[in-house]
Amino acid sequence: MPGKTLLLFLLLLIWQSTYAQINEGNAVHVVNYYQLEPYLQKSNDTIYLVNFWATWCAPCIKELPAIKSVEQKYADKKFKVLLVSLDFPKELTSRLEPFIKSENITSDVFLLDDPNQNSWINKVDANWSGEIPFTLIYGKKFRESYFQTFTFDELDSIINLKLNLP
Amino acid sequence: MKNIIALAFIALFAVSSAFAQGYKVGDKASGFKLKNTDGKMVSLSDYPDAKGFTIVFTCNHCPYAKAYQDRIIAIDKKYKSKGYPVIAISSNDPEVNAEDSFENMIVRAKEKGFTFPYLFDETQDICRKYGATRTPQVYLLEKKGGDLIVQYTGAIDDNSQDASKVKAPFLTNAIDALLAGYSPEPSFTKAVGCGIKLRETAK
Repeated sequence: MPGKTLLLFLLLLIWQSTYAQINEGNAVHVVNYYQLEPYLQKSNDTIYLVNFWATWCAPCIKELPAIKSVEQKYADKKFKVLLVSLDFPKELTSRLEPFIKSENITSDVFLLDDPNQNSWINKVDANWSGEIPFTLIYGKKFRESYFQTFTFDELDSIINLKLNLP
Repeated sequence: MKNIIALAFIALFAVSSAFAQGYKVGDKASGFKLKNTDGKMVSLSDYPDAKGFTIVFTCNHCPYAKAYQDRIIAIDKKYKSKGYPVIAISSNDPEVNAEDSFENMIVRAKEKGFTFPYLFDETQDICRKYGATRTPQVYLLEKKGGDLIVQYTGAIDDNSQDASKVKAPFLTNAIDALLAGYSPEPSFTKAVGCGIKLRETAK
């Protein structure tokens, strides 16, 4: 009898670990602004790049490879990329998730499902008019907003500087 | 000497206002004459009986802008007869996205049955003057004396995803306020939208 319980326990463990693996990777976190906010205000030694984008935004798609390359280049540094999608929530499974899979995006992806944009745009940045792409780069001692489409070199030099690398 | 200083001051002011970020509430807006999808030129002076205008920067390719076009038609239908017609403008550069070409604007206007002019701001001059940065973005103008005064600018309402869940119809509230003789509140709102990519100007 204890053997059976042990077997059951082991099976449960195996099942749990495979389940966890499926859930890791690039699952999209659907959030409202209240739930997203903590990720815009972390206070630790990591440099965060938060990119507001959407699959329907051509200049956003254009700069994603640059963001991805910078993320890979500084993978062993205290640097983290968060992608905040403004795709239509009804297109989560039909458009956003397939895109993340086909483009092999491994960053954390949030889908901001919060229609009252007039209230949260100012909370992200009072100078932001709402057009995307919009990128927030912040650390413990600085917070900078970028209203532009990045190239790899532009982004690389900013992150390099912020990480204080030689 | 005094004149020179005054002149320098005026020149400086002109330069700084040219670089200012477009119209804010209370500013005098510029009129324009642009080509409509029916091939005719449209000017705000073509509407002597209008009390004002809803100028909406929209375009063909942007899903957010498209999501609002049915609502814009409804607003035009309701408020045209009350003196506030809609004038839609696309300032998008077809070089950036071919969907925004004038030919495709004609198709879109027919397809949706636009009840208002859909004008092509080919030189992007109007977009620069108004300071529109994204689609959709509205400027509500009121005729006062011979001037067009900006009374509200920003979003159409507070729910881009679902018209039936709108809690604050910013634009129609603003028009209703003007019709009742009040100043719109809020007079400035923000919304997500597609950036209008301006071409580099000659230096």
